[in-house]
Formats: sequence, C-alpha cells, structure tokens
Amino acid sequence: MTGRRLDGYGSRIERDRPLTFTFDGAVHTGFVGDTLASALLANGVSVFGSSIMKGRPRGVTSAGPEEPTAIIQVEEPFPEPMLTATTVELRDALVARSLRGQGKLAATGDPERYDAVHHHAELVVVGAGPAGLSAAAAAARRGAKVLLIDDRPAPGGALLGRAELGWADELVGELAALPNATHLQRTTVTGYYDRNYLIAVEHRTDHPDHGLAEGATRERIWRIRAGRVLLATGAHERTIAFAGNDVPGVLLAESARVYLHRYGVLVGSDVVVFTEHDDAYRTAVDLFEAGAAVTVVDPRQTPPRVPAGFAGKVLSGSVISSTEVDENGVLTAVLVGPTGGGAAHQRLSADVLAVSGGWNPAVQLFSQSGGSTVFDNATGGFVPDTATQQVSVAGSVVGLRTSAEAVEDGIAAIKALFGESPADRETIAFPESEPEPVPANPPAALYAVLPPGADPRTLTEHYVDIQRDVTIADIAIASGAGLRSVEHVKRYTTAGTAHDQGKTSGVVTSAVLAAMQGVEVGELGVTKFRPPYTAISFAALAGRERGDLYDPVRTTGAHRWHLDHGARWENVGQWKRPWFYPQTLPGGGTEDMHAAVTRECIAARTNVAFMDGSTLGKIDVQGPDAGQFLDMLYTNLMSSLKVGAIRYGVMCAADGMMLDDGTVFRLGDEHFLLTTTTGNAAKVLDWMEEWLQTEWPHLRVGCTSVTEQWATMAIVGPRSRALLAALAADLSVANADLPFMAWKDTSVVGLSARVARISFSGELAYEINVAWHDAAALWDAVWAAGAPIGLTPYGTETMHVLRAEKGYPIIGQDTDGTITPQDLGMSWVVSKKKLDYIGKRSHARPANNAPNRQHLVGLLPVDPAVPLPEGAQLIDVSNASAPLVPPVPMLGHITSGYFSAALNSTFALALLVGGRDRMGSTVHVVIDGRPTPAVVTSAVLVDPDGLRRDGDPAGDGPAIDLIARGAGLPTSPLASLSGDLAALSKRPGTAVRVAEVPLTTALNLRLTRGSAGAEAVCAELGVALPPRTGAIATGDGVELLALGPDEFLLLSGPGHARELAGRIEMAAGPADRGSGFVGVTDVSASRTTLRVSGPNARTVLRHGCALDLESMLEPSCAQTMLAQCAVVLISDGLFTPGEEADQLRIMVRSSFAAHLARWLLLTSVEY
Amino acid sequence: MMLIDCPECGPRDETEFHYGGAAHVAYPADPAALTDQEWARYLFFRANTRGDFAERWVHSAGCRRWFNAVRNTVTYEFTAIYPAGTPRPGAQV
Repeated sequence: MTGRRLDGYGSRIERDRPLTFTFDGAVHTGFVGDTLASALLANGVSVFGSSIMKGRPRGVTSAGPEEPTAIIQVEEPFPEPMLTATTVELRDALVARSLRGQGKLAATGDPERYDAVHHHAELVVVGAGPAGLSAAAAAARRGAKVLLIDDRPAPGGALLGRAELGWADELVGELAALPNATHLQRTTVTGYYDRNYLIAVEHRTDHPDHGLAEGATRERIWRIRAGRVLLATGAHERTIAFAGNDVPGVLLAESARVYLHRYGVLVGSDVVVFTEHDDAYRTAVDLFEAGAAVTVVDPRQTPPRVPAGFAGKVLSGSVISSTEVDENGVLTAVLVGPTGGGAAHQRLSADVLAVSGGWNPAVQLFSQSGGSTVFDNATGGFVPDTATQQVSVAGSVVGLRTSAEAVEDGIAAIKALFGESPADRETIAFPESEPEPVPANPPAALYAVLPPGADPRTLTEHYVDIQRDVTIADIAIASGAGLRSVEHVKRYTTAGTAHDQGKTSGVVTSAVLAAMQGVEVGELGVTKFRPPYTAISFAALAGRERGDLYDPVRTTGAHRWHLDHGARWENVGQWKRPWFYPQTLPGGGTEDMHAAVTRECIAARTNVAFMDGSTLGKIDVQGPDAGQFLDMLYTNLMSSLKVGAIRYGVMCAADGMMLDDGTVFRLGDEHFLLTTTTGNAAKVLDWMEEWLQTEWPHLRVGCTSVTEQWATMAIVGPRSRALLAALAADLSVANADLPFMAWKDTSVVGLSARVARISFSGELAYEINVAWHDAAALWDAVWAAGAPIGLTPYGTETMHVLRAEKGYPIIGQDTDGTITPQDLGMSWVVSKKKLDYIGKRSHARPANNAPNRQHLVGLLPVDPAVPLPEGAQLIDVSNASAPLVPPVPMLGHITSGYFSAALNSTFALALLVGGRDRMGSTVHVVIDGRPTPAVVTSAVLVDPDGLRRDGDPAGDGPAIDLIARGAGLPTSPLASLSGDLAALSKRPGTAVRVAEVPLTTALNLRLTRGSAGAEAVCAELGVALPPRTGAIATGDGVELLALGPDEFLLLSGPGHARELAGRIEMAAGPADRGSGFVGVTDVSASRTTLRVSGPNARTVLRHGCALDLESMLEPSCAQTMLAQCAVVLISDGLFTPGEEADQLRIMVRSSFAAHLARWLLLTSVEY
Repeated sequence: MMLIDCPECGPRDETEFHYGGAAHVAYPADPAALTDQEWARYLFFRANTRGDFAERWVHSAGCRRWFNAVRNTVTYEFTAIYPAGTPRPGAQV
C-alpha cells in the first residue's frame, strides 16, 4: 500500500491541527479527526501487526469497529491491549505498536476513572445513520423520550457526501434543541438483554475537544431500560475467501472510499476492485477520480453500466485467483482468472485490492435480543426475522441499500409505533442534490473463489476468518470430522471467536460450510450472536466499583476507636471487624498475631477484656402472636420466656439442618429482640418474613431490623462485674439482681443503655447496648475507666478461641448445611414438647439419629505444639507410620483450630463420624500429607462445669473508680466526613450539594390499614395514612412514609423518639385491634440521612440508582439500591429536575453511610 | 435484566428481588402425619417446567413483600403477578 493524503478530501480531519504520534517506534503526524488507522495509512504504513496463529503480516481491512486485522497495542498514555486501529482516535503523543495477536495489560493501576449511569427512555434508537437519525427525529418531534446512540465519532452512519452530512447535522441540531431527546456519539451498545435492557459504553475523553472537566470519567457504562428499541445498526461489508486474501493491501471496498472521503487518504495508487455487485463500483469511481489507477474484476459476464467519468478497466467474467506479495508480505499484484475456474490469465500489479463480497446486515443486537434471522437474497446475508422483544428495525440492517430508502424506512418505523398511516407526510427530506450512483443490478453474493476440482482440505490460503487464521481447509476438516452445525464448526475451528466476532467473516464461514454440505446457506444459518458486540474494557465494567468502593465496607459506630487503637481488620461479609490489637513491644516492633491473641485471651480469662459486638444481627419482633411465631421458628420454646430474660435459641431449615443461632430477649408481653450471627442477619430477617407472609399471614407479627440501632460492647472476664459497677452507677450488678441470661435497661456512663448478661466465652460477661451514634462516647468512657486496671481490647480471633475452648459452635464454620442440632450435641435446645417447629419432622427421621452421623467433638493433638488446620481431613488408619494407600477411610474434618493459652496446647473442633462414641480414642489428622495423631475429647475443653460463668468464686476484686466525666455527645455516622461534604458543596459553581442531616428521629410503624389502631395513631399524630406504598403524608412536625402495605416510617426532628413512641402506644393501647396491631420500633440510629440538592442532584444519583428518578417529581419515597447500598430515597417536592431547588434525601443504614458518602463525593466531582 | 412489576413498588430491576422457587407448595398442616417419603416430596421435589411456571418472588431491596408470579421459563415473560396465598389466575380450583 502506498497510502497518501490528498487535498480536497477529508470531511472529518482538521488540517490546521496536526498531531504527532508514534507507531512501532517511528514518529508520524496526523490530524485532529484521524483514527490511528487513517493516520497510519496516510503515512504509508501497510503492516499493522501479524496474525496470532501463523504470524502472517496483517494490514487494515475496514474503517470501523468490524475491523478483523488492525489490532494494535496502545502504550501511551496508558497501556491497553488489542484495540482496533480503526476506532482509536488520534491524540497528540499517542504511542502504539503492532501486535501479534494478544497484547499486554498494564503492570500498574489505571489512573483514569470509569463510571456508570442508569437511563430510562421510551425509545432507544441504535445507530445515527440515515435510518436512525430520521427515526429519532420523527419520534422526538412526537414528544417521545428518545435516546439516540451511535458508536462513531460523528453522526451520519455511512454517509460521505457533503450535502448528506449537512442533512445529518441539521437533524442532530434539531435533536439537541429538544428536551426529550438525548444523543450520544462514541457510544457502543454492546449488549441487549431481557425486557429491553441495553448496556452501552460511552468513550468520553479519548479524543481531542471532549470539553469535559478535569476528573471526568474516561468511559461510562450506560444501563438503559427502553420501552421500545429501534435498531438502525446498518451493515458490514463482507470479505471473499480466495487464495492470499489475508495479505496487507487487501481491504473492504467501501472502507477505501471512507478513508478517501472522511480522512483524505488515498489508500493506494494501483487499485484493483474485486466484486460481484454494483455497490463497490462507487469505490472504483471515487478512487479513480482521486487519481488512482483502477481495475475492476467482476465475475459477472455482463458488468453494470459504468458511470460516466470512470476510465478504468473492467475485467468481466473474471475472479481474483491469488495474490503476490513483496518481501514484507505486502500486496504487489493479483492474478486474475476466468469465472468458474481455469488458469489465471492475467497478472495485475496492485498495491490495493478492494474487496466486496456483499453486505452483512448488522443483526448482532437483534440476535442478542432473542430475535431470529433469515437469509436475504438481496444482500446475501441474514436480516432480522421474528422479534421476541419490543424491538423494531430500519435501514440497511433489513437489507435496504440506499440512504433515501433508509430515511423513509426510519420514519415509517416511527409512524408504525405511533399508529399513524404510512401515507402521512413527514418533513425529513433527504438531499437529492448529490445522488448516490444508483446500482443497476441487485447485488449477487460472492463468498469464495474455489479452484475447480480442488480438495477443499488443501485450501490453506483461503481465509474465512482472517483474525483467527481459519481457512477453508479448516472448515473442510471440521465438516469432514462430522460436525454439521455451524455452532459446532465455530467452536471446533474458532472461526468467529476472535475480537471481531466474525462481523465481516461469519456469513462467509456459513456459506463455505453450506457448500460443503450441499445445502443453502439460509438453511444452515449463522451462529447466534451474544454480547458484547465489541470488546469492553474491564475497567469500564468495574466503573466506580473498584478500590475502596469495590464492595460496601460496613463499619460500626466504634470504628474510629478501633482505628486509633491499632486494630488489624478481619473482613466478615461486608463488615470490617477488629481481628486483634497488636501492641508495641518494649524493645521495639509489634506483636505478631499469636502473641496478641494469647495476651488478649489471658486478659479475658483472668482480668477483663472488651470487644465490639455491634455487627451481630438484631431483629425487633412485635405483635400479639410474636411468641407463637418464635416457637415455630426456633427449635426450643420462646413463648415461655419471662420479660427481662434472655434465651439461647437455634433455628433450623425445614430439612432439619442448622440455619442460625442467637439469643432472644423478651422486652415485653408482645415484644422480643433476637440476635443473629453477623453474616446471617439479612438472611434470617428474610427467612422470618417468608414464613410470616407466605405461610402464616394470619399471625399478627412485625419484624424490623435494628442491627444498626444498637451498638454492642461485650465486656468479658472475672473483673467485668467490677468494671460494670463503676460504669453503671444506677445498676445493681449483683448476681441475684442481674443473673445470667437477664437484661436491664439502665444508664451506662450517662448513656441510655440496655445491659445484658450473656457470655460467649464462658466467663462472667456483659453486653452493653447503646444507640449506634453513642458508640464512640461509650468506647471512650469505658476505655478511660478500664485502661488503668488492664482492660484489654480484643478482636474476632480471640473471640473465636474463647468460644471454641468452650465448644460453642459457629454456624457456617462448624456447620455446613448438613448438620443438625443433635449432631452438635445440642439436643437440649430442641423441644420435645412442642407440637411442631420448622425442622421437627426432619429431626424425627430415623436417619437423623443414625450412629454414623458426624458429631461435633474436640481434638487435642498428641504433640501440643502442632497446629490443627481448619479443613484438615480426619482419617482412619491402623498403622500411622505406613504410607497411605487409597482409598483412605475418611472420618470427618476439622472445623475450627486454634492455640489455647488456657490449655497451653493447640486444639480443634471437628466433625467426626460417630464422634460421641469415640471419646478418648485417637484419630489422625492429615497435615501436609502426613497422619498426625490427636485424641478425641468433649468439645468443651475449658471450665467444663461452667464454674466461671458467675465470676471468680474468690470475688470480683477491688472496686474500680469511674473517672468523672459527662456523658459523651452522640456522633453521627458521617461526622468525620462532614468537612469533605461541605467542601464539595462549596465549590465555585457547583451544581450539586451534599450534606448529612444527622440524628433524625425515625420510628418504624406497623399499622394495619382500616384498623381502629391505625386510625387512632394517625389521629394522635395529626397525619393521614399515606394512600399507597411510596407516598408521604405530613403532619405537625412529622412525616409518615409508606414503606409497604403495613409498614411505615415516621420521621421527625432529633430527639423525639421516646415521646412519639409513647404517644403512639398510648393511642393504640385502647383501640380494638381485631386482626391488626400497632408496632413501634425506634430506628433513629439505624440510618442517617444525606441531603442531595441542586440542579444536578438527580444526575448524580442516576450513576448509582436504577430507578427512573425523573418519575419521582412529587413528594414520594422509594426503597431501592444506591451505589450498592439499600436506601430509602425521598424526593422532596414539586421540583423539575435541573432546578436549583431540586432536593432529595437518602436514608442509608448507619454501617453503610461512609461508603455511600465516599461514593457521592467521588461521583459529584464532575458536577 | 428482567423487569419485575412489584405489586407495591412498581416495576423494578430483577436485581432488587430474590427468587423463592415454586409457588403453591404449602407447609403441610400436620408434618408429623406424613411418611418420610411424603415429607421428602414436600422438601425436595419440584416441577421443572418449560413454559409458564407459578413461582414466588420477594422484593428484598424494596418493600420486602412476597408475591406470586407466572413466568415463562423460556422467554422470561411475566404473564401474571398475584398476591401470596391466592390461587394462580385461571387455575382450576
């Protein structure tokens, strides 16, 4: 190829704005508007890389995203592998290099930002060519909310003429002026999913003149929900399989024309055009007029009428039989032979062979939508047939050939959608001043040039998939191996599996295979298209969800304290929990984990230690039938629990297997509080709702999560009672007044608190529960009082050691979904008296009591220094020193293994077949492939008689002085980010403001519509019941949000929770409850509120919220997800989006608040 | 991404919901009266329907309400959404 830049051509480039770039080490110049491919062609570059399998040189094939060969690596500004040079827009200082197949990922993190946005439209038009533009304009004129998306740098599709492009610009201008139209260029719809859900990638900053502010994201994923989709995706030109069709210099005919008209690049001076249809004659004419020598090779015996002005040769009845190349593998000549076979009779020197086998309508997205395709004789490709979604098609994707036809088709599609007569006039006239050469003959499809009589298995130079180096020979071998389906042949040969996904070659593959099988290509079909349409970067898919924002990090109210005291973290689900607190060693350095945990364990067993238990799930259960409900849910009896008492309980699934465990507090006659394991909080609440709503809707029970209402501190150890006495002056801590498994409401260091005597360590221990926003104050005060007597903070690792020493199982660690309470040796927690509970029938199965079930046991290694790793297998060996010969009988596995300071030995909990019958016997633990002996013991290894539960029999030790101080102030979850939020909101010219509205009063109400109780409560509050879910009613200083049919959220200013709850209970008390009931739960500390306001408020939220926020213009609320956080979204008034006064509130759970705030800070930067 | 019409909250993305399996499989009135085989059928045996299938959904990221739906397991099209505890529309009573 001897490409060069011509004057008088190049509608897209700006010749007064040169750019310098580097390719394969050579410095070149191009212009603003160039692609990397056009600039390289203009500089005479022919070879863009080499093929992945055979290493053959590869040039450029197309001028668009269908490119199969010009796959390059960008090195600067940031390394990115396998980009198509035809879609990389030229920028100054771009550095790229050629590739053989695969590229190389960057070794460092990508400094660019990426994000996503949700969009809702009545109509999405894909493709801004003649059909798409006219359809989008017609729909927008009719008032529809339209989104027009196109993957190229500029609209117009395949249009090249100046008048045509002017027509396109005019429509684009019209769309820009319509508020109901959105238009995106450089945006590729890559996926079409269920219910018209589209994924598109917008390339925002990889080109000069993007005009976006500093901090704008580089790529943006659009998640689009469309009422209707119109696909005007155009067509890709098709290759032809002939010998040597893969060499640099062979390119698609229309692309040669595109390079000329858009970029002013004449791709060669000796041009041969090879085609069997008339469309490619446009290329012959245009390149001839631009100064190239042009010969057309046309297999037809009668060529079309050649347009006036074309003085090149036309060789009719001829085909290209092979190509010749120079020492670089670049095209130098073509050999021409007669149609139908015979020896080549002519050699034409050529630096460009422009090929057109016809058109492949771009049915990829239609196929992805579930639509079927059918063969179309006119194009020789496949066109959309039957749709399964709300999708229309228009333009060359249905096989239309001229722009004028496409324009009409686009308008007709919109008329059909609006139920209008096709005869109604539409004023989108296509320019007739610059008519395209009207093709005289219908196109004939030419897929391959086969030497007559040749064994197709020898055709190793006839490429069907140039990128994968798949030839006719490969297809023949696959067919010969008995593969019939085109899907199987694709996978066997890899044809169509490359970067381009067979856009130019897929139909050729089918046609070649069909010919071998003696069937029509339409009968054989093509492979189904799947997302993505073009390659997407992982960075774009990750969007904001990387680094700190990858997954919400949940933190407790005492997080700052843990940070300040050197906690090492354990990730427990989304929670960050202190794992252990390494101390600085006297000689320098810090403790390792073993030393820290040993020290923490000793403190808990001999003095006093404390930990953060706030992550435990907490569920408030209210209603007249709450006891009855809990009796079904737990294996033991809960309705008999006395107010003021606590009971341990176990939940099983209906199959009898352990689901969760925890404690149940009885707060009142009809009021319970239950705790769940940290990881199961949401699952257990869902489980309760499932039974309540789907099996026992007659039960009057309401369940509310209060996990983040209560912060929980456990203080543990023989000195804990003395410490508690100092902290809670009003509380009698004597064993008789606050016995094991009892709770009391009191004041602790001046904070309103609930103190419970619960132990997860076997030691005397208490839990202090305060409001989430009082956690910081509680930790500071307790630390001030306790540190002088050696109070020691401990983390999850020490918690695990302490509980394992006592044989307390962790559901999900010591159980795995096949373990019953009986397996754990916990038959005592399973009621024999209850008529039923969930799991009871399964527990009655004989198999549940079979002797070969696995039991939870303790294990002590013979060598106390050997760690027993979790997951290690227990085996049955008679001779431990002999080599293991499979099959080795398996007896179970270790579920928990630690070092115990109390035992001065390692130990483990294990699930062991028939374990309770093996006490005292030796089993072997496989450690690093070697059987290691261990003795089976009871799971309870420390204080088996439970003597320490009530403290040290010798007494609590000396009294502890409380350092006098006032009650600490509440700390809202975002207090530490208030400065960042303020700075964001005060940026000059900011269009979005974010602020925390701290400490709002919030009560969760259960009200039964139409009940006397609901009426009494509403009358007391002076507010009407909101008529439907999502509605808001306002009264005197209160707002009532309808979260569900019987669930409401009452909001008020700070500090009203107690007073409002009291008024509600008073009002509801005497009312006839009938089938309804009134429940009130204080959730003020559960969530905090973020106010997002300003003209771009909704624009910011659209980045993380799938709701159509523009439909929430009246005061209303919705529970949904925002930036991966569950939120209550409140739209605050009768605003128009984009108005200065627009305002929304977001109520987010306190543990998620910091994550959401950080997301808002980052997302708002651009606005 | 399916769009599911929550009876309380309106159409929401599939990711806001959890799937609850086949609908109309009631907890037996007296589990103790069932044989092991009958109990196992309740626990583990469900139709694997190609076509319209009555199933349960819960709007877990929204109102937390359970409801029933008839959905085509081939096209993923919802043809009916109805309250938990009510019979499948058009079903023979």
